[in-house]
Amino acid sequence: MKIKTTLMASTAALLVLSGAAFAASPMAGETLAADQTFTYQDIDESPSIDPGMVEDVSGSAVDRNLFEGLMNQDADGNLIPGVATGYDISDDKMTYTFHLRDNAVWSNGDPVTAGDFVYAWRRAADPATASPYAWFVTDITGIVGAGAVGSGDAAPETLGVEAVDDHTLVVHLERPVPYFVQTVTHATMFPVPQATIEAHGAEWTRPENIVGNGAYVLTEHVPQERMVMERNTSYWNDSATVINKVVRLIINDETQGFTRWQAGELDLAIVPTGQYLSLKEQYPAEIYSNPRLCTYYYNFNVRADGPAWAQDVRVRQALNLGFDRSVITEGILQAGQIPAYTFTPPTTAGFTVPVVEAAAMTQEERTAKAKALLEEAGYGSDNPISLEVLYNTSEGHKSIAIAISQMWKENLGIEATINNMEWGTFLEARGAGQFEISRAGWCGDYNEASTFLDLYNSTSGYNDSGYNSAEVDALLAEAKTAEDPQPLYTQVETIAAADAPIIPIYFYTSVGARQATLKGWPDNNVENNWYARDLYKVE
Amino acid sequence: MFTYIARRLTVAVPTILILVTISFVLMWSAPGSPFMGEKLPPPEVMAALEAKYGLDQPYWKQYLDYLTNVIFHFDFGPSFKFKDRTVNDIIAQGFPVTLTYGFWSFIVAVIFGVGLGVTAAIRHNTWLDYLAVGFAIGSQSIPNYVMAPILVLVFTLWLGWLPGGGWEGGTWDHIIMPVIALSTSYFASIARITRSSMLEVLNSGFIRTAKAKGLPMSRVILKHALKPALLPVLSYLGPAFVGMVTGSVIIDQYFSTGGIGQFFVNSAFNRDYSTMMGITILVGTLTIIFNLLVDVLYAWIDPKIRY
Repeated sequence: MKIKTTLMASTAALLVLSGAAFAASPMAGETLAADQTFTYQDIDESPSIDPGMVEDVSGSAVDRNLFEGLMNQDADGNLIPGVATGYDISDDKMTYTFHLRDNAVWSNGDPVTAGDFVYAWRRAADPATASPYAWFVTDITGIVGAGAVGSGDAAPETLGVEAVDDHTLVVHLERPVPYFVQTVTHATMFPVPQATIEAHGAEWTRPENIVGNGAYVLTEHVPQERMVMERNTSYWNDSATVINKVVRLIINDETQGFTRWQAGELDLAIVPTGQYLSLKEQYPAEIYSNPRLCTYYYNFNVRADGPAWAQDVRVRQALNLGFDRSVITEGILQAGQIPAYTFTPPTTAGFTVPVVEAAAMTQEERTAKAKALLEEAGYGSDNPISLEVLYNTSEGHKSIAIAISQMWKENLGIEATINNMEWGTFLEARGAGQFEISRAGWCGDYNEASTFLDLYNSTSGYNDSGYNSAEVDALLAEAKTAEDPQPLYTQVETIAAADAPIIPIYFYTSVGARQATLKGWPDNNVENNWYARDLYKVE
Repeated sequence: MFTYIARRLTVAVPTILILVTISFVLMWSAPGSPFMGEKLPPPEVMAALEAKYGLDQPYWKQYLDYLTNVIFHFDFGPSFKFKDRTVNDIIAQGFPVTLTYGFWSFIVAVIFGVGLGVTAAIRHNTWLDYLAVGFAIGSQSIPNYVMAPILVLVFTLWLGWLPGGGWEGGTWDHIIMPVIALSTSYFASIARITRSSMLEVLNSGFIRTAKAKGLPMSRVILKHALKPALLPVLSYLGPAFVGMVTGSVIIDQYFSTGGIGQFFVNSAFNRDYSTMMGITILVGTLTIIFNLLVDVLYAWIDPKIRY
């Protein structure tokens, strides 16, 4: 299912994006509410809201309100103008020229210039900044010299980005990167105010110091309690903004957050785990479940020093086939999650999911095949496999691990024990390959298949299974410069589905509860990138 | 008395040092790193981060540097997790919150606890006594993680009287539910201790003498019985006070107060070493101070005690 298409320039023409920038657009017959305050729940405080340092999804959402990148996304995830009004791509697709609007200003009145982007990108890539998302600039964007800057081998000034004048930003890429323009909507690529950062250091993001170029300015921040953002009247498109105030409340407890939503204190809240179905019945118009660019999966440890059975692809396939995913999606999670048989979510822009045998079979057929494979591999009642599933401590992960291990036992006679570790300990064990099977989840950092498939690369730091396929590595390298990488992506996914270094389990959904009075929520944006200035509240 | 206080204070310093040392060792032996997210930073970034926070130094140097900063500059260092905050900032923001609702919880717990305990003892074996004891046991059996959601259900969702959480600088409507939820189990304990201790005192010789002299009952209770009856309560109150003012992670989480209790627990999960240490030292120091205070009060109330 493709709900989006990639932005692919067939000719190197000037791309002036059609239409005005997206904004809150109440429909005919709707009466705007007198109080345009949008209050929403987040589970935890963000380590940082500095765009160069931000590392969590909820912190990035804050940054999309306080700052603005070259391009934004609309409700469907399509690119629309931000600080840039449009861009040109060179014939070799390795030079991007962005044209910046002349009416974009910082909240202190200074104009937003091309130099602000140059400063921000160099800063994010510079190892001295120690940004947890430096890799986004250095490994993902493909900007000339980014890798050398990131490793400290070259000065940040050598990064291939230049301000030709205040309103023209030129980016030089090392290779054609088909998804490059998508990366500029990421918070790490937002401009930051150099003078403010130099004056206040790490404390520049506090309400008393912060200067932004987004539709809102930060007026209050009490860590672990609340964050208040108020409308930035100097924002270039302020006239199209409706929401006057955005309040982000940190409420750790899901049930408590939902109760406060029921009491009308919140416009948007998280739906407590496992209660989607019953609450959906009670609030059919308010509770929603949208597809998300995230996959839940288990890693096999296929390293040479891993368990012997994991070396045998037949055993891995047997474990992959030997349990019913619908028990997890429909029996445990119950919030519209989709069973996964491949890694990249089907909603990824431009990606065609390969036809894999497992997806087309019934569970009886899968189980029968799994049994045959195990037998073929020489395992059975006389030579049983016992294994361990490692997950990070959480009730949700536990239920899934119990269900899967129970089905393995019933269907295949495999004895699986489950073991949990607290998050920090778990990450260390998983990263070091000290597991047999480990739980994982991955969300795309941009909307293109390589954000997932790069994990299959033998050199990837996130390749926790230790999968090493020369063929996959070669295809991924080829995809980086290919005119159309999509067939190569599908091919990688096909090979990986046959090799089974991981067990894809399900594709996430983003589940929430919003008041019926809240309008403009981007339900079709699979990256769940929302901008408060696109929302509005009705009577 | 003064030598006693001086001696206790001298012992307090090594006690805190031992506490710091043990926390330091425990934290460093826990696996994981404060900079590890799902997406592990590359080695060069990791190196820059470790240099920034001094984690590239040998352990003994980190330990000494830390002690020097804490003792001579009262500086707990930057938070490893929250990039724009120092530990001093976090304590300065979170501690007043827990201090506020903890202080009121303490007052409520003491007034109601002692009141109920004394009433039950005076009306021993009457319906009032049974009611009070039943109420106390009932309250104590409801843990605050059950109490908190019930309060929100009733006062926020059904009646709509109080906001379901938040702090907003500590307005009274944000304080009520945290205080009720936190004080309940403490108040129940205080009531039970007061009751049994009061009963014991009321049966003792000097009370019988006072009654025999024909003193009115109210005078017997207030003038003669209350002070000795409160001694066991007092030894409970010291640690209870520290427990209340340093916050409860449950209260902080349910009511989203932004209090110190939540930071404490989260800092352990986040491997936010500096925040963890800072709050440990704060709680440890307060515990030592209030235990000392209780012992001094003891001496003041009970003439039998000599130091």
